[in-house]
Amino acid sequence: MYMLANYLPIVIFIGIALLLGAILLVAGFVLSQKKPNAAKLAPYECGFDAMENARLPFDVRFYLVAILFIIFDLETAFLFPWAVVLRHLSWFGVASMGLFLGLLVLGFIYEWKKGALEWE
Amino acid sequence: MDTIMNLLWIALKILAIVLPLTISVAYLTLAERKVIAYMHSRIGPNRVGFLGLLQPFADVLKLLLKEMVIPSQSNRYLFLAAPVLVLAPALAAWAVIPFSKGLVLANINAGLLYIFMMSSLSVYGVLIAGWASNSKYAMLGALRAAAQTVSYEIAMGFAFVGVLLAAGSMNLQTIVLAQSGNILHWYFLPLLPLFFVYWISGVAETNRHPFDMVEGESEIVAGFHVEYAGAGFALFFLAEYANMILISAVASLLFLGGWLSPFEGIPLLENVFAFVPGLVWFVLKMGFFLFLYIWLRATFPRYRYDQVMRLGWKVLIPITLIWIVVVSFAVKFNIGPWFNQAGV
Amino acid sequence: MSSIRNFTLNFGPQHPSAHGVLRLIVELDGEVVQRCDPHIGLLHRATEKLAETKPYNQSIGYMDRLDYVSMMCNEHGYVLAIEKLLGVTPPIRAQYIRVMFDEITRILNHLLWLGAHALDLGAMALFLYCFREREDLLDCYEAVSGARMHATYYRPGGVYRDLPNKMPQYEASEWHNKSDVTRLNRAREGSLLDFIEDFSKRFPALVDEYETLLTDNRIWKQRTVGIGVVTPARALQLGFTGPMLRGSGIEWDLRKKQPYAVYDKLDFDIPIGINGDCYDRYLVRMEELRQSNRIITQCVEWLKKNPGPVAIDNHKIVAPKREEMKGNMESLIHHFKLFSEGYCVPEGESYAAVEHPKGEFGVYLISDGANKPYRVKIRPAGFSHLAALDEMCRGHMLADLVAVLSSQDIVFGEIDR
Repeated sequence: MYMLANYLPIVIFIGIALLLGAILLVAGFVLSQKKPNAAKLAPYECGFDAMENARLPFDVRFYLVAILFIIFDLETAFLFPWAVVLRHLSWFGVASMGLFLGLLVLGFIYEWKKGALEWE
Repeated sequence: MDTIMNLLWIALKILAIVLPLTISVAYLTLAERKVIAYMHSRIGPNRVGFLGLLQPFADVLKLLLKEMVIPSQSNRYLFLAAPVLVLAPALAAWAVIPFSKGLVLANINAGLLYIFMMSSLSVYGVLIAGWASNSKYAMLGALRAAAQTVSYEIAMGFAFVGVLLAAGSMNLQTIVLAQSGNILHWYFLPLLPLFFVYWISGVAETNRHPFDMVEGESEIVAGFHVEYAGAGFALFFLAEYANMILISAVASLLFLGGWLSPFEGIPLLENVFAFVPGLVWFVLKMGFFLFLYIWLRATFPRYRYDQVMRLGWKVLIPITLIWIVVVSFAVKFNIGPWFNQAGV
Repeated sequence: MSSIRNFTLNFGPQHPSAHGVLRLIVELDGEVVQRCDPHIGLLHRATEKLAETKPYNQSIGYMDRLDYVSMMCNEHGYVLAIEKLLGVTPPIRAQYIRVMFDEITRILNHLLWLGAHALDLGAMALFLYCFREREDLLDCYEAVSGARMHATYYRPGGVYRDLPNKMPQYEASEWHNKSDVTRLNRAREGSLLDFIEDFSKRFPALVDEYETLLTDNRIWKQRTVGIGVVTPARALQLGFTGPMLRGSGIEWDLRKKQPYAVYDKLDFDIPIGINGDCYDRYLVRMEELRQSNRIITQCVEWLKKNPGPVAIDNHKIVAPKREEMKGNMESLIHHFKLFSEGYCVPEGESYAAVEHPKGEFGVYLISDGANKPYRVKIRPAGFSHLAALDEMCRGHMLADLVAVLSSQDIVFGEIDR
């Protein structure tokens, strides 16, 4: 019950934040003039008609970064609770996180040497 | 009846946070223009109101009255939802920020985790905006945003871990109180590398100069919000500056002792400045970081996109990894004067 | 699943770093430029054809508008070509004045380039610092010709008039209070030459100031070193001139190699680069700022000591003084003929080139003996640089394209003509 009471304001805050954004958006709609024309509604491409659709599949070299991110973000998720209680942990607790971190660092070094972090 | 009163009371408190925040955003834009102007040896806005003090309101009014263009090839609903999705987390994160001792809306134990979550969430709005616009420049901006935010989030998360190790709690109030004693107890000293890493990734997370690849006006014009005009653009603008203030607030909470007075523990000065409320110190510290934001923008050239990624992955992450190990050993061996107090 | 492919992007003319009206069709693989195809012609004004329909003197103003950030250098090329056909040499004082203003123009141009280049790479402050100094130089333009940009000051046979003995001064207004005005007018008490001398004393420190912001800045170096490299051999093949060629390490400067006006009497150095990348081109231009300042100092010194005529005494080519025109019938006729019909130029052809801030600016004239040129051909410096953009950008990222483009110092007035 204590938990809930503390989290309730957050939920309300998120609600109000969303509402505020929506209100501003609607206000913009209500207040502004509307005179659309074909050229105005065309996607911006430096003054010329778009050459082709913007949603083509193209190589952005993000694939590896995305995978790396998932691994490392998981690691942060594990580290957070561990960091909070570190003082109360036995050395076994420290060592097991050390092992986990060590493995990840090894993986990171491997990725680095493999050139996954290079751009070209 | 009690519940309704309670809810109303909460709503009132939320407004008491949101309204000053919005006004701060408005004046931050003016401050930015003025400070950069003086750094550039020009004057900056000085026509609307005395010394241009009404300029932000003129801007808001202008943006609200401007036509909202919804590109014909865009996905209407996503296009409109995106700015709201960017703004909401930027505001909602303020729920857990303690402005002074006890002056906090939601004093939760997972405060830092919540902040971390909210600062990560805003990238979805940016991605959606870029994709829904169906324009190539917007698309490029959104993709850059995704990669950049993702990369710097890790470094930021690791910097948080360092603070957690030192403070032994995720509650922001506890973290601040763990730094009390005197100015040397603030975490910027023992966690100096993490402090720098946090600040750099904070600048990168808010897509500000010199990491503003996402907007990079000389390359991809305005990036993800190139198609937005009027109120939609105003929301992005609001969100960007609210995020800047948020990052500055978190930086002062985690590393500069939040609302604690810098003269604490110094015999004479402590009493002289005892009358200053904590909120003032907190605001001053935030102002310092906000000034840094502006200063960076006025002086530095912009990084190239791959260089930003390289900095994140090859410099910041290794630094944080090493310092986390150092700090955890320091905590385990109770090395003073910073790591010998018992955690809460 | 559809396969990954390149996509084509319109870059400009509605783009903040398109430097006017450049349109590029860029083919990108992710962010890497595979091909970039410059499309020109959006600023075409038929300057050459216009010049062919008018008496010689009436086209000088068109030359200002070619490369509209280095106005007097364009004029210089044009009047040199006419003087070659006419077989006249302007008085020595006029030549010194021309050289001095050529160098002022070079500083004007390089300052604009520096500001725009830095702005393209995200360093905002430089742009305004550069414009602060440009203001003073444009005041010199105004003092001497009445116009801040398009001066039309050089004339075949000399210059329009001698340097003025006093500078226009600021007056107190809503924007400048008394103390501001005294500060602004401090350097303007004496003649134009005093003003220029004051500027040339201040200027080296200002260049140092710009350099502290950029030269050793890590981000600046990361953005420019190794970007858009052109080898010396390739630079020659591509027809590069000016700082672009010198940045690649070839010591070629018309002021030294084919001295015109009084450049052979002046002491200055030609900076060259080593690697031929954006950073070297930046360094070359920064040094040129200092060298131009050196030339200006020498010219000021000479001009202060040596008064004399600033145009030849042939009223078939140079208009008589206004007082004479009002009182003397012959002068009136000269004046009338000169400004209506102009003068006839002997049959023949000539090519005159000057070291324009951007490279070799040449004017080729064919005369059939009439009062207007039969053919005018202008060799713009930027055209061949722009043509090499594709080669320089290939394999670089989109952000580097911007860096390379602005390091070429492109101005569309002269490329499209």
